[in-house]
Amino acid sequence: MKIVVCVKQVPDTKGGVKFNPDGTLDRAAMLTIMNPDDKAGLEAALRIKDEYDDVEVTVLTMGLPKAEEVLREAMAMGADKGILVTDRVLGGADTWATSTTIAGAIRNLEYDLIITGRQAIDGDTAQVGPQISEHLGIPVISYAEEIKIEGDSVVVKRQYEDRYHMVKAKMPCLITALSELNEPRYMTPGGIFDAYDAEITVWGRDNLKDVDDANLGLKGSPTKIAKASDKVRKGAGEKVTLESDEAANYIMSKLLEKHIV
Amino acid sequence: MDFSLSKKHEMARELFKEFAETEVKPFAQETDETEHFPTAIVDKMKKYGFMGIPIEKEFGGQGCDPLTYVMCVEELSKVCGTTGVIVSAHTSLCADPIQTYGTKEQKEKFLVPLANGEKLGAFGLTEPGAGTDAQGVQTKAVLDEEAGEWILNGSKCFITNGKEADIYIIIAYTDIVEDKRGRKVKKFSAFIVEKDTPGFTFGTKEKKMGIRGSATYELIFQDCRIPKDNLLGPRGKGFPVAMHTLDGGRIGIAAQALGIAEGALERTIEYTKERKQFGRAIAAQQNTQFQLADMATKVEAAKLLVYKAAMKKAQYQEDHKTSYSVEAAMAKLFAAEVAMEVTTKAVQLFGGYGYIREYDVERMMRDAKITEIYEGTSEVQRMVISGNLLK
Repeated sequence: MKIVVCVKQVPDTKGGVKFNPDGTLDRAAMLTIMNPDDKAGLEAALRIKDEYDDVEVTVLTMGLPKAEEVLREAMAMGADKGILVTDRVLGGADTWATSTTIAGAIRNLEYDLIITGRQAIDGDTAQVGPQISEHLGIPVISYAEEIKIEGDSVVVKRQYEDRYHMVKAKMPCLITALSELNEPRYMTPGGIFDAYDAEITVWGRDNLKDVDDANLGLKGSPTKIAKASDKVRKGAGEKVTLESDEAANYIMSKLLEKHIV
Repeated sequence: MDFSLSKKHEMARELFKEFAETEVKPFAQETDETEHFPTAIVDKMKKYGFMGIPIEKEFGGQGCDPLTYVMCVEELSKVCGTTGVIVSAHTSLCADPIQTYGTKEQKEKFLVPLANGEKLGAFGLTEPGAGTDAQGVQTKAVLDEEAGEWILNGSKCFITNGKEADIYIIIAYTDIVEDKRGRKVKKFSAFIVEKDTPGFTFGTKEKKMGIRGSATYELIFQDCRIPKDNLLGPRGKGFPVAMHTLDGGRIGIAAQALGIAEGALERTIEYTKERKQFGRAIAAQQNTQFQLADMATKVEAAKLLVYKAAMKKAQYQEDHKTSYSVEAAMAKLFAAEVAMEVTTKAVQLFGGYGYIREYDVERMMRDAKITEIYEGTSEVQRMVISGNLLK
């Protein structure tokens, strides 16, 4: 069984957020971690590998060359192979361009199961996983809180607002994992040493299969960022003391003034 | 000369730091208070390979270098001195001598379960009448040729990981010979003894000043028969085995001392920034600043000595010739004294709160003291260092 786990190196929010002048994140300047939902997805794949024979786990990431760190971490936890997709022309990608790129990379691989995190703590869109499945034409089960393998299918407990769904899908398929799915394991010291001795496969634009340049990088991203900033300090606000009727009218006038209602 | 860590060492440090902060730190006070051996933490360390870091992969270890092992003990000791010494005694004093002196069969039988965490190890040299002076060792081993067994009699005291450990390296005398001046001299041998061997029992558990979660026991041997094949290294060469083992052990204890000092320094920096006296943080007082500067400088110097000793040991593991005895002694001597000094200053800077058990520095000061005593007192380290200078 071949599992591909998509992981993303994201800013460690403990270290503060820095932006480029164009509003995109300055990833090179920030402390980074493996995105928590992705790490849970990786752990789910490793548990399948622990339970069954002949399971191969490949981790794939798209990012700056420094994103190879997150692949080494995944391999130190027990993943078999790491693939880094990096190219200047792929930079500045939104979810559409990212999913196009990752799907283009995955088309080179054999797979039974693809696991991604639900969403990354930097973009918070939860779009890339389902989009990859669309590009590849395979079923997707999102928000997985439990994953079981049953023959050539997966059975997933899917989180829903006030209930959960039990969903079964035939492989190949894609699952998006929640960080609540499990408690990811630690790396091992020997695993770290092996991960740094191992080769990481590095792919660029030319290695992507069946993708159009018009759908890649900043140019291929329909999303345009108007403005981005770190937390903005809010003013002290305005305090008024009025009778209830007057207060209601005052609030309404303010809401109308700001075009909220 | 490059003082920066490689990427893999940096990642290993991150691992140990995260593990220590998440799995060990929340229980450090409780471990000290209750004097309970932290079995759940040790089980987790076993699972993640922390008990076999510098042991070859062929024998169930992680195949990492001594520096990685040192960083593990250091990071654990930053939050809990007890946890640091459990790993150190197991790795340096039990797994390492088997890796160095064991036969292939001994390695397969004893080193593999030690390195993969199935079993815990300990080492017994010290006796009520023999610590620094090894000639005082009374534990005796006699070979019963017919049965193919050694018969051990005697006792060992202050044994770290005692009763908790499954495999023990025991130093006993096997022969008495005359030296050049006609004096009778004991010749020692090293043995591997398994827990539950008939005739091997445990005495009382020691109540200690610090590292109180670590199990410190007396070991008692009464006609304890062990297989002939459990002799570690050649007969009569137990003293060099013990000394070589302690050279390595000192690097582990130096790492423990370094970790305790670093942990105390980190907490003191945080505290002095928060604690206000005379309307401002005590970190704004020049006395505090100068104290912190001295503490940090000494900690950094200790770290360089400890890491250098680890690098020297790595060289020994490559060529089996390089001596790291002096570097290990210097690292332990200095790091232990720095740990004592830094933790004492930390308590002073914390003021009354530093004397209260709720604050970590009180425990750290108690934990630091032992690093000046066990695996060779500071005085013994000075003997080793000066002996090398004056030879």
